[in-house]
Amino acid sequence: MARAVTSRRKALNTTLAWLVGFLIFFPILWTILTSFKTEADAIANPPVFLFFDWTLENYEVVQERSNYMRFLWNSIFIAGGSTILGLLVAIPAAWSMAFVPSRRTKDILLWMLSTKMLPAVGVLYPIYLLCIQLGVLDNRYALVVILMLINLPIIVWMLYTYFREIPGEILEAARMDGASLKDELLYVLTPMAIPGIASTLLLNFILAWNEAFWTLNLTAVDAAPLTAFIASYSSPEGLFFAKLSAASTMAIAPILILGWFSQKQLVRGLTFGAVK
Amino acid sequence: MFFKAALRTSTALALCVSATAAFAESHAPTITIATVNNGDMIRMQGYTDQFTEETGINVEWVTLEENVLRQRVTTDITTNGGQFDIMTIGMYETPIWGANGWLVPLDGLSEEYNVDDLLPAMRAGLSHDGTLYAAPFYGESSMIMYRTDLMDAAGLEMPEAPTWQFIREAAAAMDDPENGVNGVCLRGKPGWGEGGAFITVTGNSFGARWFDEDWNAQFDQPEWAEALNFYVSLMNDYGPDGYENNGFTENLNLFNQGLCGMWIDATVAASFVTNPEDSTVADSVGFALAPNSEGVDRRANWLWAWALAIPAGTQQEDAAMQFIEWATSTDYIELVAENEGWANVPPGARTSLYENPNYQDVPFAQMTLDSILAADPTNPTVDPVPYVGIQFVAIPEFAGIATEVSQEFAAAYAGQISVEEALENAQAITNEAMEAAGYR
Repeated sequence: MARAVTSRRKALNTTLAWLVGFLIFFPILWTILTSFKTEADAIANPPVFLFFDWTLENYEVVQERSNYMRFLWNSIFIAGGSTILGLLVAIPAAWSMAFVPSRRTKDILLWMLSTKMLPAVGVLYPIYLLCIQLGVLDNRYALVVILMLINLPIIVWMLYTYFREIPGEILEAARMDGASLKDELLYVLTPMAIPGIASTLLLNFILAWNEAFWTLNLTAVDAAPLTAFIASYSSPEGLFFAKLSAASTMAIAPILILGWFSQKQLVRGLTFGAVK
Repeated sequence: MFFKAALRTSTALALCVSATAAFAESHAPTITIATVNNGDMIRMQGYTDQFTEETGINVEWVTLEENVLRQRVTTDITTNGGQFDIMTIGMYETPIWGANGWLVPLDGLSEEYNVDDLLPAMRAGLSHDGTLYAAPFYGESSMIMYRTDLMDAAGLEMPEAPTWQFIREAAAAMDDPENGVNGVCLRGKPGWGEGGAFITVTGNSFGARWFDEDWNAQFDQPEWAEALNFYVSLMNDYGPDGYENNGFTENLNLFNQGLCGMWIDATVAASFVTNPEDSTVADSVGFALAPNSEGVDRRANWLWAWALAIPAGTQQEDAAMQFIEWATSTDYIELVAENEGWANVPPGARTSLYENPNYQDVPFAQMTLDSILAADPTNPTVDPVPYVGIQFVAIPEFAGIATEVSQEFAAAYAGQISVEEALENAQAITNEAMEAAGYR
């Protein structure tokens, strides 16, 4: 009897989980479906779900109008570069905070996080002027540095939480065996923290990929990533939903595939330390 | 021996030629143009290769959605960022930026360009102190688009220049909630360029104005109360549900699906609603001038142009000027007409286009011209005003103020506050902002 209740509950939970999953995924599915519709079908009322004239015309138009590969390469460069640079800075910082904490460590961590609370537009002009002075407007390297700085608090926090779970005794034992600080970081801590680093890397890559304020405001032609590519298909006058959906699908496809294959690490990284 | 020497010489020559070609390629001027995403602009991008062929000037495009574009070019021009050699801006920005000395005056346009051919209203709206600062690529006003079949069925005939009172009567006759047809669809969405623009021109057509000559807000005057009460009552009775969230695109979708008896909006919409590929009612659309209230000598039609301007400080002024001359010329209009038909040429910029017999055959051409001609940005309403602009007030503070005011109005449309409260709030918001900005 108890078993029957459990399996019924299991079935209910599974159905509920699928339903919630479907609800969350629905906007993406709708975007993908709309990208295969004509502009008239895209706005049809009542909306058409699957039974419409499927067309690739929107993708053709988008391909013809924009140099997708250039936007894609810029997105990969900026998101990848800022993630790697961020990890190089954040790993030593998180290590020192996790294993050699001082009286002020908690305050520093909170202060770092508080910088995320500043609305980005509040510093648009200072950063824009700085970029003009340094001659790095519309420059990929500048965006790598800026996005790294923006996401740094999150990387440090994630790594800090992860490192805290690693028993300090292991590091002490390594020290007893004569490991230097470099050895300790490289050969003991990093291998143990690889799952945490991997999930931090993935999450940061996704955040940088989707960043749409600085990447739109500081780029024009050379450094414009996929966010600018999407922005060029929205229009205040006229019908554009199908073409915009095609552009959005092309922009999110790489990151969707990456997320699909690495969801185990992502879920682990996001829920780590959540339940204690 | 001779053969060797010849080989050497020809190799050296080939190297020189390719090096020169590469040098020329890398030194061919390239201009970067920031533009808005709409059909006419995208079409122009398709013809850019022709311009490059003719002049040797390369063109890079940065196409953005209107709001993003506005923020992007404003940041760049106010900081002298130099990211763009040509910016696509509207009638709101041009006189303000021109007055600030941020734009290159377009007084060096060639004789063949024939600057006098620009429609006077467009030229006036894109000038400051008589100097043209941006060349209109296309222009628009607003007008009534209505369903001729529903109008016939209702036994009414749309006058060429109807009044708001007639619009209400016609909306009542065409409203058919059982079949989902709304008598009239109008913008209500907050935002100075969305519902804000529409209610401003509606105000004009009731004799209301934003400011008196001393920059005092006028929302406490009876004309505004009359205009807003009329609009809210008309839309509550015969408009679509949730009209406070509808802008251009939402209303276009409704109209194209046959769910609106009338729609008053940008003249540029005429080509969309008459296109059978997108519209289910393409063959039964009529046009009329935007309405006025009985006895008021101003109509609810606005004036807008997307225009090309050169930011001061660009390194490519000559090349940018050449491009503007090309893109806004009569030759360009003919190029588009030749390849894509007269209905697809950029409208509303040149007088000669409307004198062209080929263009006169386009069904909405005459009404577009009449609507543009009926708009006077220097005298937008009955009483005198201290500003230029019909659906906006050409001062830098306006975008912020009007967005806030339109949010108050949208709250009244949604029934969250009364019309009187919305007007009181608008009055307070406007006067406060104008005081802070030093106008009062």
